[in-house]
Amino acid sequence: MKVLILGLGGAVARRVALGLRDQGHTVVGIDTRPWADAPEGIEVHTVDLRKRGAEDVFRTRRPDAVVHMATVTSLRVQGEERHRINLGGTRVVFEHCRAYGVKHALFVGRHTFYGAAPDSALYHTEDEPPKELASFPELADLVAADLYASTALWRTPELTTSVLRVCYTLGPSAQGTLATFLRGRRVPLVAGYDPLFQFMHEDDVASAILLALDKRPRGVFNVAGPQPLPLSVIVRQAERVPVPLPMAVLRQLVGRFGLPRLPRGALYHLQYPIVVDGHAFRAATGFTHRYDEVQTIQSFLEAHPAPPSHRAQLRQGLETLGVMKP
Amino acid sequence: MSRSEVKTRLERLELPFNAYGVDPYGVSRWHLGVVYEALNFFYRHYFRVRCHGIEHVPARGRGMLVGNHSGGVAVDGMMVIASCFLEAQTPRLAQGMAEKFVNATPLASIWSSRCGQFPGLPENATRLLEEDRLLLVFPEGARGTAKLYPQRYDLVDFGTGFMRLALKTRTPIIPFGFLGGGAAIPTVANLYGLGRVLGMPYVPVTPYLLPLPLPVPLELHYSEPMVFEGTGNEEDSVIQGYVEQVKARIADIIDRRRNERWQAAVTP
Repeated sequence: MKVLILGLGGAVARRVALGLRDQGHTVVGIDTRPWADAPEGIEVHTVDLRKRGAEDVFRTRRPDAVVHMATVTSLRVQGEERHRINLGGTRVVFEHCRAYGVKHALFVGRHTFYGAAPDSALYHTEDEPPKELASFPELADLVAADLYASTALWRTPELTTSVLRVCYTLGPSAQGTLATFLRGRRVPLVAGYDPLFQFMHEDDVASAILLALDKRPRGVFNVAGPQPLPLSVIVRQAERVPVPLPMAVLRQLVGRFGLPRLPRGALYHLQYPIVVDGHAFRAATGFTHRYDEVQTIQSFLEAHPAPPSHRAQLRQGLETLGVMKP
Repeated sequence: MSRSEVKTRLERLELPFNAYGVDPYGVSRWHLGVVYEALNFFYRHYFRVRCHGIEHVPARGRGMLVGNHSGGVAVDGMMVIASCFLEAQTPRLAQGMAEKFVNATPLASIWSSRCGQFPGLPENATRLLEEDRLLLVFPEGARGTAKLYPQRYDLVDFGTGFMRLALKTRTPIIPFGFLGGGAAIPTVANLYGLGRVLGMPYVPVTPYLLPLPLPVPLELHYSEPMVFEGTGNEEDSVIQGYVEQVKARIADIIDRRRNERWQAAVTP
């Protein structure tokens, strides 16, 4: 099988590419980010998905399956540009799939689609609509891309479409929303709230995508791994310092004093849980996760130990300069 | 019951805690330990709760505890949760269907969810029952706790959602009657306007102003499980008939026990 991976620069996408290559498939990838030391057997095209070069890859390479992971989740890219990448890009992907005879399109979306709210059900199922977009408009383009991909199920019935809503990923690469949030020494929490966070190891996410490519389930599926954990537990186990702050204070302090930069809507996700039910995907593909919640946090911690405190850094600097004795 | 006995019972609680002492719903062993120790004091020493018929609460498997609300705040719910843990042969976590404002309130949000008390949504209730948990339901809802002192033994209209849920999930209903809540928190008025400002249904007012419970003895009577056959999609009239049967059973428990207490008081 010939598989085209869009957004090959991501940690999970690369794992999927390597997994497919090892299974004997032909792997072609597109990303604007170059993969300098791409391994043998993986064909990399450094082009923009929305440009002519990407269509040429579809036309000349004629993939059997397409994995669309070229959406931007980073909140550093905002406004029109994000909409162009996420919505415009997704539209282009499905147009090319139809035009060039792709048999299976797999869209990798996010579980945050469901939104966080005090009166939400604890476990979300696939038939629930997006909620709370009003409080987190930065998510709107991702939700729209997800819904657009879902409409391919009836717009182009000849194309088998799988939409995966994957929970947060965590692992050695420290890529992704949760990993970025945990990267610093101090992690802000909203005082008085401690939502459940659902995450899975990036190798497990790659395995789930590989399984979906193999089984080709048609429809929308939540993808989840081990059981969720309270955010405070994750922070403590990742050996970070939890900093619980009242919401009013936190709004003013995010992005300063070593705290991660977050939009207002994201703060809502620190109050209420977004947890998905992954039964349907497990039933359709037989997926089981390999890494439990303890191993997943440990893999992140081993690759990214907590940065030393400012005092330790200062002491180290003075020791290096010879001002203080070690 | 000593602290160690609470700890022993906590270890016997059949919940799938992981290595961090948390279950898939976020219920935390540590938080339960703190809460059950506090509830133990209130249950045994402050309210001196007399519990009857605890054997009707199933040792394992799904079940729905359905009873009357009384008292301006949810003292009744807390005592039912305490009885299922402290009195039952096999300790069980009764999981209440809380008002939505609880989850939106700082601190209450953490403690309620870590102790398995989730917003009263059909999705949450169905999932918990299908995983063979023990659900605590007050079909009177917030109207039940809003009863004033003179109406403390009355039952207001029951919602029908619990019955459709029980039929859909084939869950036995264990009716219970709770007596004394109205005397513990003798509500003389409810401030609905202040409640709206604070994000709550209302704020109860007692003769001593604050809605703090008095140390009066409370009684809890569990009755035999009631099993109804159906799919949950029946006509409203059919469901209402079943609901009336449960309501009648609860009313009967309350009336019978009030009568017995009155007889005991007048008999020399």
